[in-house]
Amino acid sequence: MPGKLKAKIVAGRHLPVMDRASDLTDAFVEVKFGNTTFKTDVFPKSLNPQWNSEWFKFEVDDEDLQDEPLQITVLDHDTYSANDAIGKVYIDIDPLLSCEAATVISGWLPIYDTIHGIRGEINVLVKVDLFNDLNRFRQSSCGVKFFCTTSIPRCYRVALVHGFVEELVVNEDPEYQWIDRIRTPRASNEARQRLISLMSGELQRKIGLKVLEMGGNAVVGYLQCFDLEGESGLVVRAIGTACTLDKLSPGTAPNTTTHTNTHTLPNTAPTSNACNSPSKDSKEPVFSEDPPHSLSGPPTPLRTLPSSSPPPFSPSKPCSRQSSSSDTDLSLTPRIGMGSGGSVGKEAGPLKTLLRQHTQSALEQREFPIFTLTCFPPGFLVHVGGVVSTRSVKLLDRIHNPVLGNTRSYKLLDWNSVAADEPETRDAWWEEIRQEIKSHAKALGCHAVVGYSESTSICEEVCILSASGTAAMLNPRFMREGCLDTGGSDHRLSRQPHPGMVGSERGEGEVSSTWLGFEDASPPSCGFVHIPYDEFNMPFPAQLTYCYHCRRQKVPDVLFTTIDLPAEAEVTGKGCLIQARLCRTKKKAQGEVNATSISNLLPFMEYELHTQLMNKLKLRSMNALFGLRIQISVGENMLLGLASATGVYLSALPAPGGIQIAGKTPSDLSYDQHISTMQKRIDDTIAKNKELYNIHPPKLFTLDPEAFTGLNTECIEEVVGSPIPDRQRSSRLFRSTSESSDELSELDLSHGKKDAFVLEIDDTDAVEDIQSLLTDAPIPAGFYSCNTEVMPGIHNWTSGLQMFTSVRVYRLSNANLTNQGLNKIFTDLCENLLKSLYFKLRSMIPCCLCHLNFTVAVPEEELIQVAVTAVAMSFDKETQQAADKALTREGFVCFPGSGENEEQLQFSMELCGESTISNNQPTAKPSGVPESAMVHSSRAPSVDYGSFADRCSTWLELLRLKAHTIRRGSVKTSRRTQLLAHSVSSSERCSPLPEGRSRSLRSTRSLPCGAPVTVVKMTPLSFLPGTRIVKYLGIINMFFIRETTSLREEGGVSGFLHSFIAEVFAMVRAHVAALGGNALVSYSMKECVFMENPNKNQAQCLINVSGDAVIFIRESDQEAIPPLLTSRQTSSTGADGTT
Amino acid sequence: MSVELDVFVVNTTIMDEEVYQLWLDGYTVNDAVKVRMEGGVLEGCEASAEVLHSDTMDQYRTFQMCERLLHSPVKLANQLLFQIPPHRQVMLIERYYAFDSVFVREVLGKKLSKGTKKDLDDVSAKTGVTLKSCRRQFDNFKRVFKVVEELKGPLVENIRQHFLLSDKLARDYAAIVFFANNRFETGKKKLHYLTFQDFAFCAGQLISNWTVGALGDYNMVEDMDVDLEKEFLQDLKELKILITDRDLLDQHKSLVCTALRGKTKAFNEMEANFKNLSRGLVNIAAKLTNTKEVRDFFIDLVEKFIEPCRSDKWTAGDMRLYLTHYTNSAHVLDTFKHQVVWDRYMGVIKSCILKMYHD
Repeated sequence: MPGKLKAKIVAGRHLPVMDRASDLTDAFVEVKFGNTTFKTDVFPKSLNPQWNSEWFKFEVDDEDLQDEPLQITVLDHDTYSANDAIGKVYIDIDPLLSCEAATVISGWLPIYDTIHGIRGEINVLVKVDLFNDLNRFRQSSCGVKFFCTTSIPRCYRVALVHGFVEELVVNEDPEYQWIDRIRTPRASNEARQRLISLMSGELQRKIGLKVLEMGGNAVVGYLQCFDLEGESGLVVRAIGTACTLDKLSPGTAPNTTTHTNTHTLPNTAPTSNACNSPSKDSKEPVFSEDPPHSLSGPPTPLRTLPSSSPPPFSPSKPCSRQSSSSDTDLSLTPRIGMGSGGSVGKEAGPLKTLLRQHTQSALEQREFPIFTLTCFPPGFLVHVGGVVSTRSVKLLDRIHNPVLGNTRSYKLLDWNSVAADEPETRDAWWEEIRQEIKSHAKALGCHAVVGYSESTSICEEVCILSASGTAAMLNPRFMREGCLDTGGSDHRLSRQPHPGMVGSERGEGEVSSTWLGFEDASPPSCGFVHIPYDEFNMPFPAQLTYCYHCRRQKVPDVLFTTIDLPAEAEVTGKGCLIQARLCRTKKKAQGEVNATSISNLLPFMEYELHTQLMNKLKLRSMNALFGLRIQISVGENMLLGLASATGVYLSALPAPGGIQIAGKTPSDLSYDQHISTMQKRIDDTIAKNKELYNIHPPKLFTLDPEAFTGLNTECIEEVVGSPIPDRQRSSRLFRSTSESSDELSELDLSHGKKDAFVLEIDDTDAVEDIQSLLTDAPIPAGFYSCNTEVMPGIHNWTSGLQMFTSVRVYRLSNANLTNQGLNKIFTDLCENLLKSLYFKLRSMIPCCLCHLNFTVAVPEEELIQVAVTAVAMSFDKETQQAADKALTREGFVCFPGSGENEEQLQFSMELCGESTISNNQPTAKPSGVPESAMVHSSRAPSVDYGSFADRCSTWLELLRLKAHTIRRGSVKTSRRTQLLAHSVSSSERCSPLPEGRSRSLRSTRSLPCGAPVTVVKMTPLSFLPGTRIVKYLGIINMFFIRETTSLREEGGVSGFLHSFIAEVFAMVRAHVAALGGNALVSYSMKECVFMENPNKNQAQCLINVSGDAVIFIRESDQEAIPPLLTSRQTSSTGADGTT
Repeated sequence: MSVELDVFVVNTTIMDEEVYQLWLDGYTVNDAVKVRMEGGVLEGCEASAEVLHSDTMDQYRTFQMCERLLHSPVKLANQLLFQIPPHRQVMLIERYYAFDSVFVREVLGKKLSKGTKKDLDDVSAKTGVTLKSCRRQFDNFKRVFKVVEELKGPLVENIRQHFLLSDKLARDYAAIVFFANNRFETGKKKLHYLTFQDFAFCAGQLISNWTVGALGDYNMVEDMDVDLEKEFLQDLKELKILITDRDLLDQHKSLVCTALRGKTKAFNEMEANFKNLSRGLVNIAAKLTNTKEVRDFFIDLVEKFIEPCRSDKWTAGDMRLYLTHYTNSAHVLDTFKHQVVWDRYMGVIKSCILKMYHD
């Protein structure tokens, strides 16, 4: 019995009229937790009831505290018939369970009904008294902090990174239960909301347990997703990175530059490789039951390729694990063998080898050396290999095919018999995928995967599971006892720590010192781009050059990653959003056939997306992609692919070459002309883009003169001619080394020394490519866009920011569209959407759309849904230009902001004025609000007014003050507040029914419902420019369903969804404010499932949002806060000083 | 290909003032798009009409959702659905409650009933204000009326409190409520030359001088700012002596004429018309106990006083001079005992006539 939950229902306001006769409501409240329910008295005849209830106390297990939400139901009492529900509020207790998060939930929360939306607000107070439970076998994990943020939270310091944690929970979807046929939509929706709330609670608790087991105290980069699998159930799954975080005492800013040096942990060095290598083998996954098959992947794509362009994805291998045909399943064993072989590396520098061995050993103790972080403490990331990704097509339905029945990866999903086994099926699926990811990383000579994420796309019974990340080498210092961890603490892996571990601690000191020496030798700003794999034993051919920065290590010519741009990276010019879009039709099919056709299509899609990305990158004269996210959505008759990333020019990588167009038959004169015009257009665009993004790489580092030579026909011929055997070789190599084609091929630049990217015009694909290249509308002046946390090259953000979500659904009118036609349409959709965003946000110019996150879906046949969430942040132009100039003079534009620029962050816009005022008292939580509101009626009016006037921190007051500035002199001061009170009470009459008149209003207790509304900022980023996050209050993870049976009356689908999204924002803000916060960072809308049936006038929408509730303060006193902290917040480190 | 659904939602609701005005003015989305295109909003942006249409739709939807809240502006400040910066809230409210003077002139003094609302299409046709806008304005009048009708306290203050309006707008609404409550006739042809601001000024005068609230006693009666004080109206009957008593009338006339002689070109006309004019004003006062006569207050002022003066070509200065002396001279009359009532009456009449005396 280690917890006591206390709740108090204070008041309600703006309630809907429930009694038509009196135009009033007799409201009361039910407070439910677990199986215990309390009720307040009925507050008769009021739309602004004052319950002022006693404290309702629930004595519960902390396990329940973590799982269950507090459920508050507001009802209208009816003497003669059943009480009508007005709406509900679910309150997640979890933030109250950690001593470092919130202590009380208090404030006005919207009362939500799944049919009517928000119906008034309720003021509640919730507290938890938690008794410490030191039981070793406890099932709860109270106190583990959760963060959605994919970097180390701002006011913490990471002591240790333990590694990957994952969990999934499965249940039957209430919407598909038999009972749903007889219950109301409301009951069904509420059952679903409640269930998901319970499941997320349970999931979080289980993950917390794993973290505790690993010795951590927090989960960073917590990513929770729902799979609505329909008939086969509902899956809630989560991944994250377990860490041990130390709270930084306020005021002591971490010195980020010296962080790596000062932070010494005696035991952090990895254990010796020698001891560990045997254990590696024993950990080999048990997947090798099937004999390794050479992939039956069609070799044809090779021929259809423009012969001169390198195949970034080897098309010969469907990276999806196509389960319908057993022969496509490949053994992982050879891969891993190759991977480790490559990584051991014979000829590489001794230090490097040493490093590799040691870090590897630390990591390989884990089952999954995977990290969901995208942004790292300085020094954490050593090398980056490239993107690794895996897709797998699964069938969700019960499968009665005997052949398939034998396949390991399938489990018959029959609720009656094997429902309990189901989570394991899902677990196995993901495990398989993670193993594959891990082996891909190994093939790239990397021991870890960072910036990892997982996603699904479900259409009927087919499900595509996708995972992607960035292969990387990490500094082992942050991951001390990899050996003591039980990996992902998965049951399968809970084996004993290797006996060799303990003994190996002796050697650690040496190793780490060697490592330190190595680090010193290599400038940190370019280290991460150096290849982690062995130059002479590369798993694939790639064009390597010496690093343009240090000239010591080899670097690839192009780098793709899923992470954010590391703070220490040097960037020339600015970055920009690069998108590849693709649409492929497929035949409608069922079950196995469908799955097969999808998995056959996937590799081609990946390949084409990659080619598009590559072309667009070249067109912008850039050489690296960050934040790459490739989404493939499946519909009944088409597949959509959307790849988004932020392109930059990394100073350490070689300059990208141009794009060369080649014709196959150079005999025709007019044809030549056509080609040359095309070529000119492309060259012009490249030149323009160089200007636009301010890319003027310093020439002095040019090591390879050929990289800058113009291309003559000879070169082209050479290029056209040579790659073919090359590629064949490379793809052969791929097949033998690793199944993963995509990630490796990104580095596969087999066109010899020529930097030109050649497109052959004869090829229809190429024409299409060129078209799509050139049809990308330029960004309007004053705008920048990226999908990473911040835009390289922009430092002087003002505090003006605007988070937005935009959703569009398009109906394809013509069912017989070709792939090309579809592509065009899809590209136009995305372009138009972007254009629309630029237009709407034009008042914020100059600004940058950061963290542009596109989600595509095919909700129905012929429907394409695109949802975008991003934040527009304005920056200061004058200082920007000055900074640009200053920096370009120095040779290259360093990404990290200099201290000077940071100081100019104080610019206000829109809300800034108010928030500054309110921020003067950051501790003035809304908790004080209801109290003042309550006291209001009892206190002497004159006193009251005074207090109002004093505290002009809220909008209401400001409004009132404004309205009162000119007063009739005759009105006596003492009277004012009385009037005020009256005015508010009678405002009821203006509520929904304008005709409503009732004399009884006078009798209702007059209480100003003028509780101040806290301004809550929301951003998908992990920081707010110009501010300092002083406290993390807990995770916000909310799931809402909204349904309507009067779609037309609510303004059609757009009106319905618009108000729903607005309501979701409002509820998120209210919950953040109730926790005492003033912002939600790392916000994301993970799910937005919209279904409509216009004929029946119905629509339904599900939305899942999450983020971290925080308290921030404005950095008004810059001197007091070392600029280093600031630079950390803008994720641009002071490390630039060293460059 | 068609766009089936298109929404854009922001955390901090910021509305385009231009679009808001178009919405308030009752433009359809398509018309608004046209107006915006002509206004050159696309210049400098590489955007198409499609983009503009989508943007306009989004904003219109937001306004529609906000409209419910604008009906009780106090709610707008503490609602949670839209996060709107305070100065924006002020703008939203102020613009929502703003009205067209041509429109208000048409409904001023009319009963704010369903019947009147039905006739709004005629008003719309006549004034050129869109029907939608007419309805909004009419509903605003009605809403304010309903709320303040039965409230205690000063009218203007109540309106300002409940609707968070600026002082100017609150006063205008007070006038509208006052006119609607007393059903003053304003639509007769002879009154057409008067603007809303003329009436609003007069209403202000009446409210602050002739109502119960005018005495500064707000605790006794309801509606004290909305209705004229009954006792006062009763007392006004006593003023009749100024015209029924022949001696008094003559005495008054000679006093006024003495004071005016030589000071104005229109002296002859003033002298000749004195008795008629005086009768006119005093009769108006005497009849005010009758509610029906109250309605004709302004038409009577024009017919009985302003028109005769205008036909005699009095200047505004003449008018001021005449009314000043006319009022003050009554104090000198020995047998006239109703000085307080007289001043209270003439004070308002004088300022009203001066305001109304123009072309």
